[in-house]
Amino acid sequence: MSVARTLERARAAAERVTDPELPMLTLADLGVLREVDVVAESHVVVAITPTYTGCPAMAAMRDDLVRELSSAGFDRVEVRVSLDPAWTTDWISPAGRAALATAGISPPGPAPRTDGPVPLTLMPTARQVRCPRCDSPATDLVSEFGSTACKAQYRCTACLEPFDHVKEI
Amino acid sequence: MESHIDTPPEDEHDSAYSGLLVNDAHWAFGTDFEDPLAGVDTTVPGDVDAATLATYALMLGDDALVMSHRFSEWTSNAPDLEDDIALSNIALDLLGQARLLLARAARADDSLVPALPEGSPTPPEDALAFFREAHQLRNVRLAELVNGDFAEATVRVLLFSVWRLALLERLRSSRDHVLAAVAAKGVKEVAYHRDYAARWFVTLAGGTEESRRRLVAALDQLWPLWPELFDTHPVEAAAAEAGVGVDPATVRDAAEGVLDQVLDAAGLERPQAPRRAGVLGRTGRDGMHGEPLSRMLAEMQSVARAHPMGQW
Repeated sequence: MSVARTLERARAAAERVTDPELPMLTLADLGVLREVDVVAESHVVVAITPTYTGCPAMAAMRDDLVRELSSAGFDRVEVRVSLDPAWTTDWISPAGRAALATAGISPPGPAPRTDGPVPLTLMPTARQVRCPRCDSPATDLVSEFGSTACKAQYRCTACLEPFDHVKEI
Repeated sequence: MESHIDTPPEDEHDSAYSGLLVNDAHWAFGTDFEDPLAGVDTTVPGDVDAATLATYALMLGDDALVMSHRFSEWTSNAPDLEDDIALSNIALDLLGQARLLLARAARADDSLVPALPEGSPTPPEDALAFFREAHQLRNVRLAELVNGDFAEATVRVLLFSVWRLALLERLRSSRDHVLAAVAAKGVKEVAYHRDYAARWFVTLAGGTEESRRRLVAALDQLWPLWPELFDTHPVEAAAAEAGVGVDPATVRDAAEGVLDQVLDAAGLERPQAPRRAGVLGRTGRDGMHGEPLSRMLAEMQSVARAHPMGQW
């Protein structure tokens, strides 16, 4: 099989793997899957990047990638961590954003630039978050910390539904 | 453990344990990702002293480890669910930073890693976390204090993260790839911690007489440990000189500028209390700690130490 086709097969397999915490999203849609390289005919190296440094789902992601690539015929699967550049929500694909919204999770807006000192914000983060259930713009931030490290908690004041919002980082 | 618990002979659906043992990788302790730095360029820049880099990484890692453990103690104890989740998330972010920093320290200079019985599967970052004595930890003393009330937690997160964020912002340009990467990610995380604490600080200051009284008491209690954060330890000076670390004295103005904004918004001033002295001049960075750290480590390390051959 040609190298290009092997690579294509490896990519396709890696891109099927979903996120353990957000199973409606693939790791590729989430922007966590950074690289897929075929080193030899049945040897593939995959790079993933953590959303947050302490993300406890990394081991599950690794296992799922190994399982999927093994069943696609790769005998040797290495999963590496890529720390630089740091993950940003800007890497979530349009398909990923749509999948989040369908699942009732509000997708992130554009991430702030963090090159210089990060300015202090004493007021709740200003975001234009629409309710993923009824699409009302009347939403309140409940907490900047939510069910996972990457989400904030909101509530809709129109339909009263609580929901998660993926924080811009 | 090395020999896993035997699967009971009965139908596996009858055993509450069978599902848990299918995939040990899902356990949080150790997380079984064999090498958190797999694939990361860990080459020490040629002109940098490896022991200096390692000890510097250990200092930042120990700050995160100890602070993380203290804030994990808040889990299920915060005043409401949202803040319980917030404090647990802060602990988790710091634990992640600690893991990478301790792994970095071990990779740069493995002579720092405590020796374990031959064949122990304990990864080096776990050996550093669970098999060192209190006097071998390099964290600042602010991180190790016994938890107080919610006002104390608010003030401690504020002081710690205002300082750490100022350090990490500068550390992003470290010549060491791992420290630079940890800093780039850490800036995003710690900015959330700082702003969370700053908002609660202003809220408690403007809340009731009781909330303000508690906040002021916490600030007065912790303030003597603030100057220690900006002391320059010789290792920090050497790391800064080599372009891999940040001299904390150089971020004092930036940090105090941010802190003053929070104090202004809260209608408070910097306390006047003098700094807490070290012991014969030695402080947290020298391995000089209070008794509470030993008690904390006794609990935190007991399981790992009881099973040095354990596979988690």
